[in-house]
Amino acid sequence: MTNFNFLRYKNFFILLSVFLIFFSLILIFTKSLNFGVDFKGGTTIELRLEKEVEIEKIRNSLSKSKINNFSVKEFGTANDLLVSTDNSVSANDIKNFLEKDLQVKITVRKVETVGPKVGAELIKSAIYSLILAFTAIFIYLWFRFEWQFSLGGIVALFHDVLITVGVFSLLGLQFDLSIVAALLTILGYSINDTVIIYDRIRENLKKDSSSELSILINESLNNTLSRTLKTSGTTLLCIVAVLIFGGEVLRGFAFAITFGIIVGTYSSIYIASPILMYFKVKRDWSVKIDNTP
Amino acid sequence: MLNFSRFKIGFILTSLLIFFYIFIGNFNFTNKYKIFLDKKVNLGLDLQGGSYLLLEIDINPLLIKKTQEKYNDIKKIFDEKKFDYKNLTFSNNKIQFELKNLSQKDDAINLANRAGKDNIFLNNNLENRKKDFVYRIEKNLIILQFSDDYIKILKKDTINQSIEIVRKRVDQLGTKEPSIQQKGDNRIIVELPGLSDPSNFKNILGKTAQLNFKFLKSSSVDKENIGFEKIKNKADGSFIEVEKKLIVSGENLIDAQPGFERDTNQSIVSFKFDSIGAKKFANATKDNVGRPLAIILDNEILSSPVIREPILTGSGQISGGFSVEEANQLAVLLRAGALPAPMKIIEERTVGADLGEDSIRYGLISFMTGFLLVFVYMIYAYKLLGFFANISLLLNVVILISILTLFGSTLTLPGIAGIILTVGMAIDTNVIIFERAKEELMVEKSNIIAFDVAYKKSLLTIIDSNLTTFIAGIILFYLGSGPVKGFAITLCVGLITSFFTAFTVNRLMIAKYIKNNKDKLISF
Repeated sequence: MTNFNFLRYKNFFILLSVFLIFFSLILIFTKSLNFGVDFKGGTTIELRLEKEVEIEKIRNSLSKSKINNFSVKEFGTANDLLVSTDNSVSANDIKNFLEKDLQVKITVRKVETVGPKVGAELIKSAIYSLILAFTAIFIYLWFRFEWQFSLGGIVALFHDVLITVGVFSLLGLQFDLSIVAALLTILGYSINDTVIIYDRIRENLKKDSSSELSILINESLNNTLSRTLKTSGTTLLCIVAVLIFGGEVLRGFAFAITFGIIVGTYSSIYIASPILMYFKVKRDWSVKIDNTP
Repeated sequence: MLNFSRFKIGFILTSLLIFFYIFIGNFNFTNKYKIFLDKKVNLGLDLQGGSYLLLEIDINPLLIKKTQEKYNDIKKIFDEKKFDYKNLTFSNNKIQFELKNLSQKDDAINLANRAGKDNIFLNNNLENRKKDFVYRIEKNLIILQFSDDYIKILKKDTINQSIEIVRKRVDQLGTKEPSIQQKGDNRIIVELPGLSDPSNFKNILGKTAQLNFKFLKSSSVDKENIGFEKIKNKADGSFIEVEKKLIVSGENLIDAQPGFERDTNQSIVSFKFDSIGAKKFANATKDNVGRPLAIILDNEILSSPVIREPILTGSGQISGGFSVEEANQLAVLLRAGALPAPMKIIEERTVGADLGEDSIRYGLISFMTGFLLVFVYMIYAYKLLGFFANISLLLNVVILISILTLFGSTLTLPGIAGIILTVGMAIDTNVIIFERAKEELMVEKSNIIAFDVAYKKSLLTIIDSNLTTFIAGIILFYLGSGPVKGFAITLCVGLITSFFTAFTVNRLMIAKYIKNNKDKLISF
């Protein structure tokens, strides 16, 4: 059993997290996010060229075509291109135009067109689902634990989601529906860690009503540390495999989850648990019926 | 918790056998043998390639049309009965007129009620079973409006009809296993697996295909009370005046086929009316030899041939400078019938077959890698117990896949990522139990008691932690479409199967092992 003093630097870590959250919020509101076609509407087309063509040439060629307001970038390999525009265009027209203009064979690998109305709806449903997830988890924790625990858990979740979104803003990574799915997954995983630790804190609180809260929390963190690290470790091994071998389609999604698991593990230990000390957790559990079978 | 009755062991082993049986049906080599199930996991459009189209119906033009019809009926009956009114107008779904004398309001309502066929006006305050219109009176102004019930029924009918027509059109074009379903009250999802270029379908699905035959305005014929409207001519883009009166519409068509005209070698579409249509057409052409006819498709004049002789057979042809493809499309549209209201494609997602194959390969490689890494790590961390955990991990994947097969769920690329994450998560259940057992062994000498307590104490913890992830998974299921939904399914099913394997097979293996090694020091 380890015996780290996790709470010794708790103020430092809480400050660090407050800073990161603040920084993320500033980024989100000033730099905004690189929204994908799901949210802002428009068309993205993934093309595979038979042979490599300079991206500048493709840009020039496309500017002669009837699509406007477009962007072209490499996607994975030099032969794969992603053409995005903010209105709906026919992928076949673009393919035919480029094939004729550049004299190169092209296959259309993927087309996504989202109308502005659908985009607005998707934003709305993404936000609703995040709010719903927060609420549902809050209520569940409230029923299973005490309100202090559910508040602590929710604070840690806000922390994880905000910082992950902040990183997407900082790096200018594309933010689409799959990233929202990743955020919801992060919520699930991060709260999972937190619940395991809370469960142990509650167990230790029941066993010992006299020791100082900080000692009990620290003990619980040490009790569960091995499990926390092993589980986060194995989950990370899996998701990093997806990140490396899963191809371009899953890259953003896998990155979000990888980052989220790291932040989530950190927040379970350094945010969700120390925060209980500020919430005046109930100390007398004697009247409560023992939950453990 | 280490004791199993014979019955329980039997149950566990039988269920495993069943899952294995279903799982194995997914492999191609088993297809040769009849004893295996010929049921495989459905691959999502992102894995097998294909097109997803979301169509939205715009009900407003239909409402306006209905209002206009009613307006015409009312105007007609008011004029016939020499009823005293002024300022009869209509807009969107509202008709209004002023009474010169308020005492006539009952007469007005009665007349309006008789106008047209089955539209019934009722006072707003009256609760009645059937009311298409409601009216209200403001001073001497009477306002008629479609009732909410009517609009609701109209919407329902419209989407049902539209789905039927979309299905016919898709069937006419022919593709394997298309899926067409309603979404909300005005949208239709069309999924076309295996299709990498949906432009053909898009051209056809977005068209209303309302075909009308009307006469062009001509100076010689001067009947009264026929309105005219200006309609765009397809050939030169000019606007031509056409009589408002309809001769016959596409509703009465029973067949349409693409073909060639021998003389000009032009693509044409030949059509055939049903008996009612043929009669209408015959009557109109009989009296109007020498007049030009306008063949109008979706408010565009395709061609305006001059009637040379009465057409009594009810068949004819449309030439409109079509390409072969256009003629084919028009024939398909006419055979399938017109949509009751215009429809737009508001979302499209198409994945080419080769990208799908790539995705399957990437998915498999990342799955194998992740699995192998976890496998090695577990043996390193927990030795023999880790090996047991790995076996249950493998079973976990088998059960997960067979459940997806059984329920016909769709496996998508994010779904594969979900399975990989499940591998990471399933380990968690084992880790929690093993870590607990380790702790218990520090105070407890008996292996059996230590593991028994570990299982008992972990159960609730595991349920608590899995349920929170489950909550997130269920919300994901409702948020997502297609690929994301696939992820939510594997995540949620994976949580259940990992719980199942940990507390059945895995516990059984560990119980056997512990009982056989009561006093041996268990190494972690």
